[in-house]
Amino acid sequence: MSNKVIYAIYNDDDILMDAVKKTRAAHHHIEEVFTPFPVHGLDKAMGLAPTRLAICAFIYGLLGLSFGTWMMNYIMIQDWPQDIGGKPSFSYIENMPAFVPIMFEETVFFAAHLMVITFYMRSKLWPFKQAENPDVRTTDNHFLMEVAINDNEEELVSFFKNTGAVEVKVIEKQ
Amino acid sequence: MYTFSSKLKTFSFILMAVGLLGIGYGFLTAPKDIQEVENLLAADSHGGHGEVQHEVSNSSHKENEVAAEHKETTDAKEATEHKEHLTHVLHQLQNKPWAALYVACIFFLLISMGVLAFYAIQQVAQAGWSPVLFRVMQGITAYLPVGSVLFFIFLVLCGLHFNHLFIWLDPEVVAHDKIIQTKSGYLNFPFWIVRAAIFLFGWNLYRYYSRKNCLAQDEATDNNLYKKNFKISAGFLVFFIVSESIMSWDWIMSIDPHWFSTLFGWYVFASFFVSGITMITMVTLYLKSRGYLEHVNTSHIHDLAKFMFGISVFWTYLWFSQFMLIWYANIPEEVTYFITRIQLYNLPFFGAVVMNFLFPILILINTDFKRITWVLVMAGIVILLGHYIDFFNMIMPGTVGDRWFIGISEIASVLFFLGLFIYVVFTALTKAPLLPKRNPFIEESKHFHY
Repeated sequence: MSNKVIYAIYNDDDILMDAVKKTRAAHHHIEEVFTPFPVHGLDKAMGLAPTRLAICAFIYGLLGLSFGTWMMNYIMIQDWPQDIGGKPSFSYIENMPAFVPIMFEETVFFAAHLMVITFYMRSKLWPFKQAENPDVRTTDNHFLMEVAINDNEEELVSFFKNTGAVEVKVIEKQ
Repeated sequence: MYTFSSKLKTFSFILMAVGLLGIGYGFLTAPKDIQEVENLLAADSHGGHGEVQHEVSNSSHKENEVAAEHKETTDAKEATEHKEHLTHVLHQLQNKPWAALYVACIFFLLISMGVLAFYAIQQVAQAGWSPVLFRVMQGITAYLPVGSVLFFIFLVLCGLHFNHLFIWLDPEVVAHDKIIQTKSGYLNFPFWIVRAAIFLFGWNLYRYYSRKNCLAQDEATDNNLYKKNFKISAGFLVFFIVSESIMSWDWIMSIDPHWFSTLFGWYVFASFFVSGITMITMVTLYLKSRGYLEHVNTSHIHDLAKFMFGISVFWTYLWFSQFMLIWYANIPEEVTYFITRIQLYNLPFFGAVVMNFLFPILILINTDFKRITWVLVMAGIVILLGHYIDFFNMIMPGTVGDRWFIGISEIASVLFFLGLFIYVVFTALTKAPLLPKRNPFIEESKHFHY
């Protein structure tokens, strides 16, 4: 079975949104949409599941808070409880206010960095990654919708021609 | 147009009546003289807190006396000390109903100020989402004139020596207090009351003209009144931030005239600003649930909830900054403020942080929760109670000391002002349509979605 896909190219985000809605209504499976900038509401129109990145970040923040707490408790209270300028180092809670800036920063640090790394991993982004542009114009001013063909090439081509596409291409993948 | 439901009206009257009775009870049961205090102390404490302190101070005193071998003067000194202690307790107990009234009075006054500041910011920022809520905000700030008058009368009563809330108003105290004497150029009754009058007048002036212009804009054919409102709002915000800062020194910080803190004005501001935003949310949710706010959708509510969340964190930031800087440096003249609060007000002091920070941050961090009415009502009630406690913590230690209790006086005062607040606010809401007609951003606001 051949691995054919349709590249329907648009030059306006409103037309793209319309086309996405029509394609969904016609039950054609959208493989991917490439846009030069975020199109507000595109994910909703495509029916993509909401991201769980924020939940990750919250958990990472808790991790950072625990790390900061553990670190300050171990170093300042358990390991070597010195008297530094009369600050009470008998228990964690007594000296807690002095640790809050560190606990706060650790929370933010863990939440931010681990969330960003999670984002890179989930979106498969890294420095020497091969770019996956189907058409260079999609980084500038064109929008591209990729739809798989299942022996219905004629029908799909005419369908996308009717959705306001400026260009409809049939491509053999790999 | 909104119609004040008769149930809510009755409810507000009941609150006011119950509140008045409780306030009256508080004043009637406050001790009149030292004799009563002595009986009270003997009855309620068998080695209670006051007694213990007293004995400790006596014994240390005794040691000194023994060393000097002046047995006969000891008795006399002990007697005068005992009398001093009783007078001290008497003043605290007499302050209690006054302080309870003061906390509730300033709390509701400042809630309406918080709303007014938020309203002015929305105008100046040309916010596209909030114009559908302007009439709600104007309704809430309708409490400002009423609250200002009551509050001003209260300040005058303080100046006429009906109570001992502000010790620097007592010439007897000032005469023996070098620190207050050096501050008397600022802390003297005429200057203080004139400042209060100017601030209250300025705030009310802005509220009056802003609302008047906003109503007139409905019938206008151009946007001149809108532009005028923009300008006076910008002017008001400048006046507000200066007067707010001074207000916080005058009305709250001067309760403890031996103590000062530079970020106090911001701290007080954050406290009533978040209470004001919470109040907008609560009133909006109520009106929405009654079907009066057609164009308010969950996105507007979501935005308000984000403000509640963000300003709660801002309050905590200032609370902690003030506390931590003083705790860290531990300079005796500053740190007594927090020592009193931690030793005598431990639960309210740290409880306020839990209610104003921990609870909202865990509840309101979730995007979906910020759109659910019951979650917001619950969070709002906790935030409002938390900030009442916050004002309680600021005012009570300097006025009643270890004699604090959240009893009939305190609860009744809150109920009275809550009833008055509800009555005034919802009456004002009936006076104008709940949707501004010709605001340049009203269409955007109606279709706001996030």
